[in-house]
Amino acid sequence: METVFGIAVDGVAYGMILFIISVGLSVTLGLMRVVNLAHGAFAMVAGYVASYAAQGLGLPYVAALVVAVLLTVVATLPMEKLLYRRIYGSANELSQVLLTIGLTFVIVACINYLFGPTLKRIPLPDALLGTVSIGPKSIPAHRAFVIGMGAATILGLWWLLERTDFGIKLRAAVDDPNMAAALGIRTERLYMATFALGTGLAALGGVLGAELLPLEPYYAIRYIVLFLAVVAVGGAGSIFGSAAAALALGIVDTAGKYLIPNFGEFFFYAALILILFRWPHGFFHGRAA
Amino acid sequence: MSAVATNHTRHETARGRMTRIAMDGAAVPIMAAFGLAAFWLFPEDLGLMTRIAATALFVLSLDLVLGFGGIATLGQAAMFGTGAYAAGIAAVHWVSDPIALLAIGGVAGGLIALVTGALILHARGLTLLMLTIAVVQIVQEVVNKARDWTGGSDGLSGIDPAPVLGMFRFDMFGRTSYLFALAVLLVGYMVARRIVKSPFGLACRGVKEDQLRIAALGGSPKRYLVALYAIAGVFAGVAGALTAVTSGIVGLDSVSFSWSAEALVMLVLGGTGRLYGAIIGTVAFMTIHHILAATDPFHWMLFIGLFLMAIVLFAPGGITSAFERLFNRVKGGRA
Repeated sequence: METVFGIAVDGVAYGMILFIISVGLSVTLGLMRVVNLAHGAFAMVAGYVASYAAQGLGLPYVAALVVAVLLTVVATLPMEKLLYRRIYGSANELSQVLLTIGLTFVIVACINYLFGPTLKRIPLPDALLGTVSIGPKSIPAHRAFVIGMGAATILGLWWLLERTDFGIKLRAAVDDPNMAAALGIRTERLYMATFALGTGLAALGGVLGAELLPLEPYYAIRYIVLFLAVVAVGGAGSIFGSAAAALALGIVDTAGKYLIPNFGEFFFYAALILILFRWPHGFFHGRAA
Repeated sequence: MSAVATNHTRHETARGRMTRIAMDGAAVPIMAAFGLAAFWLFPEDLGLMTRIAATALFVLSLDLVLGFGGIATLGQAAMFGTGAYAAGIAAVHWVSDPIALLAIGGVAGGLIALVTGALILHARGLTLLMLTIAVVQIVQEVVNKARDWTGGSDGLSGIDPAPVLGMFRFDMFGRTSYLFALAVLLVGYMVARRIVKSPFGLACRGVKEDQLRIAALGGSPKRYLVALYAIAGVFAGVAGALTAVTSGIVGLDSVSFSWSAEALVMLVLGGTGRLYGAIIGTVAFMTIHHILAATDPFHWMLFIGLFLMAIVLFAPGGITSAFERLFNRVKGGRA
């Protein structure tokens, strides 16, 4: 029972981190049809900025988080205009893979040059170091915080996409970009805003998840497969799909590591193949938002 | 067959066709000449050059899949690694004839490609990309767990092949290894060229251009793709076996996502859809890698990253296409 509870808490927290990072990828993939392999690199950059802000400048955790997200978004916006805009559209798959792998390599090399190859930590505030009791059980405060932030992200995104003007335009552009442009929606601005939203989410997940996905220069390459898996299973552009896929994959992966530690990632990829074999367009394709 | 081939080439411009035919016919003698010249010029670097030759065969297999079938894959190393481990295990336990080992590697690579290809090739785009990654990760995990056979993360060692054809022993300077690898590469190249020019190769190109039309003409796109994937798997398996035979060891990294991605980078560097592009890309990539990574692997990453971005933005088609354009412009200027 204790094990099951531990798996549930760790699995859900891990899944929430996967969700926050992957949903950014999912949104850009759904709208701009761009397979952005540099997404993990953006999350990593934010983690490093937060680590520097907290340790080097002595900012409190929340301030470091905000600074990291803002800086990452500001730093990546020019890339949208200079690099990504040229490769939007599903016809350019190979170019997208190559350009964004190239960008990832450059970011990895720069991060290593600036911060060195050692592991970096983002010190947690005291409030997140203890435990929180829920009924008879208690769970680590950091895990609870991550789960809460994940839930807030799901609700916030749902509200943004379903209840605001921006969301309506976004969904229209996903369905038919040419028609949306003809109706007077400024798709270029929309793309830019969506790109910023995507990198912002990556940055948020990168900082929050630094405890679970440790920060080192190869972060960008090591975890991108994980994020892509979530998007492929969840179906591009679907929030609830991404959430369900991220939680399921997070729990499967955690359970595999707890119960059968020697088999590492075998179950993760076996589950991935089975799901994608049955539902090649993602489990939630065409079902929900 | 030749009727189909001429019919296909008729659509190209006369000038482009001239270039292509000239490059195609001359490719094998030129490769042989360069390979032998390198053998005399750089006797210190035979180990590196052997690896380049074996890797070129691997990238060639990726070119068959991607350049001629349009299958975007990040899992080609599954076939390479399976071939390498199959040949390595056979060499440790039963067989020592190098050519038989290559055959074993080829069969193993072809089989795994046939099975996984039949499973995953119904998908497209990101889903297919993820499935190929999942396949290579699962194969790696299985290899890692089967320690008794594969040595797990320590790698498989103790591969000691017999002399080639019973005459040429593998010497400690790597001379036999290099010449053997070069010969296998040249034979592989000629076979690949034959396949690409056959009616089957043209049908695969047709699938790449327009799946729907091939289906409307009565062909089965998926069957063509699976067959092509399996054939390329044989090439990758032979390349893996060649690496195992010439280097004497097989490591876990030979069946990894990053090795697949590196092969893709090499191919794109050279230019997809041209067989000699695979060779040129591999030579360029591995030579620069050898020079830059000797100082600091991160310098290498910075360089290759910038280079990749530059290729996508300014020279889509790789080195060979840039040269072809230059060549055509020079010729056009004279005419």
